[in-house]
Amino acid sequence: MLGRFVRVAEQDRPTVELEVDGSPCQALEGDTLLVAVLSQRNTLRQSEFGDGDRAGFCLMGACQDCWVWTPTGERLRACTTQVSAGLRVMTHPPGEDVWPNLA
Amino acid sequence: MAEPRVVVIGAGPAGIRAAQALVAAGLRPAVVDEGLCSGGQIYRRQPANFKRPYEALYGFEAKKARAVHTTFDDLSNAIDYHPETLAWNLSGNTLHLVRNDIADTLDFDALILATGATDRLLPLRGWTLPGCYSLGASQIALKAQACAIGERVVFLGTGPLLYLISYQYAQAGVDVAAVLDTSPFSGQIGALPVMASRPSMLAKGLYYRAQLTARRIPVHTSVIPLQIEGETSVSGVRFRTGKGKEQQLVADAVGMGFHLRSETQLADLAHCEFDFDEELAQWAPVADVDGRSSVPGVYLAGDGARILGADSAEITGELAALAVLSDLERPVSGQRVQKLRQGRERMERFRRGLAMAFPWPAFLARGVEYDVLLCRCEAISAGELRSSASQCGAPELNRAKALIRVGMGRCQGRYCGHAAAEVLADMRGESLRDVGRLRGQGPVKPLSCNTRMKVSK
Ligand SMILES: Cc1cc2nc3c(=O)[nH]c(=O)nc-3n(C[C@H](O)[C@H](O)[C@H](O)COP(=O)(O)OP(=O)(O)OC[C@H]3O[C@@H](n4cnc5c(N)ncnc54)[C@H](O)[C@@H]3O)c2cc1C
Repeated sequence: MLGRFVRVAEQDRPTVELEVDGSPCQALEGDTLLVAVLSQRNTLRQSEFGDGDRAGFCLMGACQDCWVWTPTGERLRACTTQVSAGLRVMTHPPGEDVWPNLA
Repeated sequence: MAEPRVVVIGAGPAGIRAAQALVAAGLRPAVVDEGLCSGGQIYRRQPANFKRPYEALYGFEAKKARAVHTTFDDLSNAIDYHPETLAWNLSGNTLHLVRNDIADTLDFDALILATGATDRLLPLRGWTLPGCYSLGASQIALKAQACAIGERVVFLGTGPLLYLISYQYAQAGVDVAAVLDTSPFSGQIGALPVMASRPSMLAKGLYYRAQLTARRIPVHTSVIPLQIEGETSVSGVRFRTGKGKEQQLVADAVGMGFHLRSETQLADLAHCEFDFDEELAQWAPVADVDGRSSVPGVYLAGDGARILGADSAEITGELAALAVLSDLERPVSGQRVQKLRQGRERMERFRRGLAMAFPWPAFLARGVEYDVLLCRCEAISAGELRSSASQCGAPELNRAKALIRVGMGRCQGRYCGHAAAEVLADMRGESLRDVGRLRGQGPVKPLSCNTRMKVSK
């Protein structure tokens, strides 16, 4: 198991089962979604602009580089979303234009 | 007359002290904060089921962290607290809020903006690779999630947080490959007399550095970072030492930042006047010593107004609240105001020292090569910005934004804005002041397309 993030303390927490891109993912209670994914995987998502993978950047809800989606198309910011049992997420947007141009 | 409606945005040290002073004067302020918990950045709390003691989380600042947290918790019945709520727009005396995709409005008579700061970044080849994080992110991972951003980490950039966070990682047992500071050591020595205005702060800075040395963690100053290396994720860092020697480090993560930038979008939307601060090399909303902005009824406090750090945030938060009270013609202790103003002045002197010790390396931003991505959100290269300046004659940043979308992506220019301004100024042979600043726009952060209005109250 090769994760990017390394847990250095607080490992004695109950586990929470999630589903990421259809595969089971075990997190710890109190994890953010970003930490849950990156403690098991190397990257989070692909840049929409074809310049490679991304794995978040600011962890404080400012850069928006950690968006993931629920199967119904709801967008979640992984760094500020707490995990909950049964949460299902996809690291690719489910449809073409789920991200409205607000500019 | 009905009670005046005072709203505080931000529950960091500035917002918390502001709320406390308002409550002490008999008001019931609303406090809006995007965080899951109160505390803001420096005093960010860990989830309720984590067990590390305050001393482990906040080190020398444990006592202050506890005091700030307790103050806010004790206010819970005396304020209207809106956690996990983003203030995403402002029109006239109405704030637009959103929580869990439910939008709502909140009217105010007086508004205190205590919105804090984010890392100030500049682009570097490879900075979009997985494994490269902002310095602040590195600390948040550790503080709020008990995680390191990698097995072997290089910290790169400049500013006091560079040394603090490197120390915190080392202290947590993480392998810190090196600390790469773009500032020269001579400047740091030169700034010592100015920084002596806050001896305990200076002592802490020296302590972190000594601890890094004691752990044999290489600290390089006057560094020119060349590249974050890696094919699909970070595998190392290439840099030039102050003596001009090229070196390579193996690492799977990089924490990178060049001090901080204020979150000023709401002040912008409130039509506050801005001025360019040469020392901080950034635009800031204009405010008097107590935090009154140019717009009546809008007050500024903490790092969102001016990067002066956590202790100053507590001071300026209270000062802004006292300014609100005084403008509402409520009794305010002149002595208290005087004391706070003196405290703030001391912070100003120290900040001047920090600016000398850790200058913003504008030359690095200006030297970014053509094919390096400047905008992370929409993968726009420095070259694309340069050609918009030369071919389309973009005279200032907002025009460049309209032309090539730099600063228009999801981060709204938070992470590319400073470098974009430098590149444009360089192209046009003008000053940063001349190329202007990216104007804040609502929504200050992207809203979900599921956002809906709250139905009837
Ligand atoms: C990641 C990070 C780590 C830091 N760590 C340290 C440290 O260890 N030591 C140190 O001395 N300094 C640190 N700093 C510097 C820090 O900015 C100050 O020390 C201090 O936190 C400033 O206090 P403040 O109250 O002004 O702002 P903050 O503590 O940043 O609080 C601002 C609050 O406002 C909220 N907010 C902002 N905009 C909105 C909005 N539109 N709607 C709703 N809520 C909003 C934010 O979510 C946040 O909770 C750090 C800064 C950052 C960015």
